[in-house]
Amino acid sequence: MEFNHNVAVWFSKSFGLFYLMALSLAVVVYAYWPANKARFEDAAGSILSDEDKPWR
Amino acid sequence: MIEQLSRNERQLSLVILLCLAVLGLSMAAVGRDDPLGAHGALVLLAAIGGLFFVISGYYAPEAGPERLHSYYDDPSKVGIVIAMAWALIGLFVGDWVAWQLVNPDLTFDAPWSSFGRIRPVHTTAVIFGFGGNALIATSFYVMQRTSRARMPDQLSPWFVVFGYNLFCLLAVTGYLMGSTQSKEYAEPEWYADIWLVIVWVVYFVLYLRTLSRRSEPHIYVANWYYLAFILVVAVLHIVNNIAVPVSFGHAKSYSIFSGVQDAMTQWWYGHNAVAFFLTSGFLGMMYYYLPKRAGRPIFSYRISIISFWGITFFYMWAGSHHLHYTALPHWVQTLGMTFSVMLLVPSWASAGNALLTLNGAWHKVRDDATLRFMMVAAVFYGLSTFEGSFMAIRSVNSLSHYTDWTVGHVHAGALGWVAMITFGSIYASVPWLWKRPAMHSARLVEAHFWLALAGTIIYVFAMWNSGIIQGLMWRTYNESGTLAYSFVDSLVAMHPYYIARAIGGLLFLIGAVIGCYNIWMTIRTAARSADARAPGEPAPLYARKPALEPAE
Repeated sequence: MEFNHNVAVWFSKSFGLFYLMALSLAVVVYAYWPANKARFEDAAGSILSDEDKPWR
Repeated sequence: MIEQLSRNERQLSLVILLCLAVLGLSMAAVGRDDPLGAHGALVLLAAIGGLFFVISGYYAPEAGPERLHSYYDDPSKVGIVIAMAWALIGLFVGDWVAWQLVNPDLTFDAPWSSFGRIRPVHTTAVIFGFGGNALIATSFYVMQRTSRARMPDQLSPWFVVFGYNLFCLLAVTGYLMGSTQSKEYAEPEWYADIWLVIVWVVYFVLYLRTLSRRSEPHIYVANWYYLAFILVVAVLHIVNNIAVPVSFGHAKSYSIFSGVQDAMTQWWYGHNAVAFFLTSGFLGMMYYYLPKRAGRPIFSYRISIISFWGITFFYMWAGSHHLHYTALPHWVQTLGMTFSVMLLVPSWASAGNALLTLNGAWHKVRDDATLRFMMVAAVFYGLSTFEGSFMAIRSVNSLSHYTDWTVGHVHAGALGWVAMITFGSIYASVPWLWKRPAMHSARLVEAHFWLALAGTIIYVFAMWNSGIIQGLMWRTYNESGTLAYSFVDSLVAMHPYYIARAIGGLLFLIGAVIGCYNIWMTIRTAARSADARAPGEPAPLYARKPALEPAE
């Protein structure tokens, strides 16, 4: 198959669309997955501690 | 500086500098009368200066293992000082360019000072010189704190800081000699581009090596943004700068792309430079310094993740909105427009997240100009991203494109968002880095804040007015169907706005001068109090513990 303009258009309008939708869904699921909640809250609070030394 | 390096690192730095000196000498030899020759001499001088510096400290005793119990902050300190120096150069040249537009005689009839040469000096000095150095300096600071890990070695951060600034010097001196690829924000020629790739790969590897030493399994979100900045800028820079030099003895090169492909590649690069250099990296800064300074965790960590992926994936497709009504296929223009509009969602999520973090800390915003810098930055981030999405719509773009509205939009982002968040982060980091309780003068920070804000608002309003008037004058027809105004008519109409813009820029520049003085005085008092301390006496603790709010 020759790789011309029409092929590029077809690829962007099919695969491009679905890959973006799948990606958006994956990100939202990851961010709102209940098991991740505690980890995210820990991370958000972690920078506020006054520890100013490397851990090892 | 040298005493912090281990014996091996000192030897390695000598080897690197010797290689650089040989490279500079050969560039000077083959380049001769070309700008390449002058740049060879510059590289040679920089390398020789570096060699003298390393040799002068070569026999200093090595730092003991106790150095591993603290973060390695010297490169961040130097990076911040260099960033402020570039801010002065970049803002001064920018204001000069603005006055040239008011009065064209201000080129003083020299070729090097013509608009076409000093305008890229301005953009490179502020974006890459000021912004880039601030990003490198703060990223070193943030990656070590959030990973709770010291950088793995002492040499590569210095290679990144000095190597990057050598690139910036090659860039701006090249423009003054008339050497340019004439791609906006990618003007430096092929040899400077290759050098930046080397520096950038070292930067990326250094970041990953530090992260791999972290104690926490989860990587704090600020690092994601900094890493996106480093990784994507590498990809953009390499692809857009693929070019064939006329010969190895010439500065001039030709891009392998041509016609509309060249335009598309350039604006894919150009808009993503806005996205990943001027947005992603500075969001990394914001996600660390704003919560830290406010003493409150980020409002929603989840939203910060969603907006990260939104920004990362949407921006990639937005570049074609720079090419509406051109030979670019219509559907590609529409694609760019659609993604630009969609970008409003993650952008406003980030801006809102920052502002909501301040709920419960608004009294601090009132009292603390440093935090206010960050708050205003978030507001301007929200404003500019809305404006950007709006201007990307094809019919709006038909009015705004090629006018000063674009210039106003860029400066709302660059002055209001990028510079404000940077000044806020620098004012927060300087006392932390130099172990001082606070900046030398809080009132000077306050003065800088109001000058910067006033300058930005004057600038942006002047350009909104002039841009829309320009756009309307260029599309007004008379009864016979021809254009009602000549281009020179629109130029005359711009004159008062150009004066206002130059005054706005001047206020911003004065603010930065005050900032430099204040930072310098803070550093000086830090040095003096360290000297005055008795040996063995502990360094003074510095006030960084945030006061708890009643609700906490």
